[in-house]
Amino acid sequence: MITLTVDGRTVEAKNGEMILSVLRREGIHVPTLCHMDGLPPSGACRMCVVEVEGSPTLTPSCSFPVSEGMKIKTATPRVLEARRTIVKLLLANHPDDCLYCNSNGHCDLQKLAQDLGIRERVYRGPRRVQEMDMSSPAIVRDPGKCILCGRCVRMCEEIQSVAAIDFIGRGSRAKIGTAFDGGLNVSSCVNCGQCINVCPTGALSERCYIDEVIQALNDPEKMVVVQHAPSVSVSLAEEFGLPAGKDVDGQMVAALRRLGFDRVFDTSFSADLTIMEEGSELVHRVKTGGTLPMMTSCSPGWIKFIETFYPQLLPNVSTCKSPQQMLGALIKSFFAEREGVDPANIVSVSIMPCTAKKFECARPEMARNHVPDVDYVLTTRELGRLLHQFGVDVNALEPSPADTPFGERSSAGKIFGATGGVMEAAIRSAHYLITGKELDDLKIQPLRGLKGCKELHIEIDGLKLGAAVVSGLGNARKLLDEVVAGRNDLQFIEIMTCPGGCINGGGQPKNVDPEAVQARLKALYKIDRDAPLRTSHSNPWIQRLYKEYLGEPLGEKSHHLLHTHYTMRNIPMAQG
Amino acid sequence: MVTADIDNILNRHSGAGRDHLIPILQEVQEAEGYISPRAVAKIAEFLNLPASKIYGVATFYNQFRFHPKGRFHFMVCRGTACHVKGSQKVLDELTKQLKLEPGQTSRDRLFSLEVVACMGACGLAPVVSVNGEFYAKVTPRKLMEIIQECRQKEVVDV
Repeated sequence: MITLTVDGRTVEAKNGEMILSVLRREGIHVPTLCHMDGLPPSGACRMCVVEVEGSPTLTPSCSFPVSEGMKIKTATPRVLEARRTIVKLLLANHPDDCLYCNSNGHCDLQKLAQDLGIRERVYRGPRRVQEMDMSSPAIVRDPGKCILCGRCVRMCEEIQSVAAIDFIGRGSRAKIGTAFDGGLNVSSCVNCGQCINVCPTGALSERCYIDEVIQALNDPEKMVVVQHAPSVSVSLAEEFGLPAGKDVDGQMVAALRRLGFDRVFDTSFSADLTIMEEGSELVHRVKTGGTLPMMTSCSPGWIKFIETFYPQLLPNVSTCKSPQQMLGALIKSFFAEREGVDPANIVSVSIMPCTAKKFECARPEMARNHVPDVDYVLTTRELGRLLHQFGVDVNALEPSPADTPFGERSSAGKIFGATGGVMEAAIRSAHYLITGKELDDLKIQPLRGLKGCKELHIEIDGLKLGAAVVSGLGNARKLLDEVVAGRNDLQFIEIMTCPGGCINGGGQPKNVDPEAVQARLKALYKIDRDAPLRTSHSNPWIQRLYKEYLGEPLGEKSHHLLHTHYTMRNIPMAQG
Repeated sequence: MVTADIDNILNRHSGAGRDHLIPILQEVQEAEGYISPRAVAKIAEFLNLPASKIYGVATFYNQFRFHPKGRFHFMVCRGTACHVKGSQKVLDELTKQLKLEPGQTSRDRLFSLEVVACMGACGLAPVVSVNGEFYAKVTPRKLMEIIQECRQKEVVDV
């Protein structure tokens, strides 16, 4: 431990720690634009400068380690003026269209200009006309709003190991783009949307389908149904200024009804269904010598990742559709038949924490007779915006339950929203399928928490099961390399595209601190702890669905509706 | 064949790491005249680097071009002396006449345009070179003649 002085106060710090982390711990908010928690500092934006006694120049606090007796001043006129100048320069060629910007109110740059009291455009730089990239079904890039902080590039390369985008050119002509500046749709982009979550401005956003949904809601010919993903109910509250981790499940269902949806279903129901299918597939593979380790298929970003970068491992991926697509398929088959509605007259909307789901629902194999199983995907953020547009205050509504027949879920399906949740739910049911008995303790601690890689080796009735859980595609790549190199002690691998799983998905509320993600995680665990129904196989509606319609897991109907296939993506630009 | 050229270059660098990226790019441009998407894909596979990174590095340097050169390759000097003598006007006129931005090549592959910092012929400012042949004290009027000359050459050759 060393001691130093910050703004006249004595403060303790660890040796080698960066000034910035000490200041944050002390409750001093130093603005940053390029800084990313958990990655080495890049020191590019210079917003975090402070005065260090004895140093002739200002010091970037993100990349300068503390030392014994150091005297730091964090808000001298010189420091503030430097920060103001940086923001003024960033604004010099920025389009002044905050009122029309999708990031209005969520923008770091806007907030900095406000906090630092910038009241006029001081510098005027020539503005380059730059085309928006609308090529992707999930992500929209508007380079005109980009301030070149590089956070999206680092997220894409260093955390997700996708590297679809990088800096192009130099100096005043520098910009961010894909190889040969082509569209995101022809790049190795997996649509995970993590770049959106770290973008300080409105340069990156999701492809918005709010207007299409409003149109459908007002079409008397259409029956509009909606499903909501497990992690949305624990993050939507943040869009209404409520604390992170508040579960608004019932209110959200009520709010969706207020919007005019004819039926509200819970994707956690089809998560239970996924467990039945995927669990049976795993047992089948283990017993018949199928390709192992089996890998989960719920996360569409991960699916595009493996199709692009590790096509040789595609036989390892479970053939199960994701919960969204399973429910989508059931809505336009079983449900349509039951209601006597033409599937073409059903508009199926899903609320997801995810941008890749927008890509997934548009995959050609996710449609039957040219009718897509899911028509529109809205992110948590978009749902927030839609509710604000309609003047629906989630907080003021009485909770109400989701509709039958896809409304009841077990909490095993609910914890799909966190990394490790699929595995935990699968082991609960696998134990039952193999032994006929429930696990003594349904909580499987080694699979919990936000760690990027978790492993569990257990024995169920003599059957050895090696399970690994990874989240974040960079972590996935490391594990896949081990599998390619011949590692064979694993039978089942859960992979989530986003670090921490869906609770930290690319469609979740923006500009949140890591504690918010932790709070969402805790909320899911709490729901599981208090739930009366905690295993997928004991969900009575799942049992009924098999009895009345599907037959048995992996049966013919299941095969037709709930399973899919994958395609190798020959993207010549993709190399990791 | 074009691909064989790239393969030969990569073979010469066998076992190389990412620090060989720029020499490889230079050799590829030397052999093919430009850096093609195909070449980037091959280099990406060879060095195990993302294509976006290779494109990013290559665009950082002025020396790399991403379109094949035209039959008549125009280089406009934008060095200090040429600038003082009005090379911006020359460049503007040329972009207008050829309907090309610097770095581009016309669809019929007849013309390509490049901006360079100095050609070492400051006494002749403003200078334009076509396929290595220098034109001194270029004016917009003179440019029209040069372009006309090129088009005629093309007709004669055909």
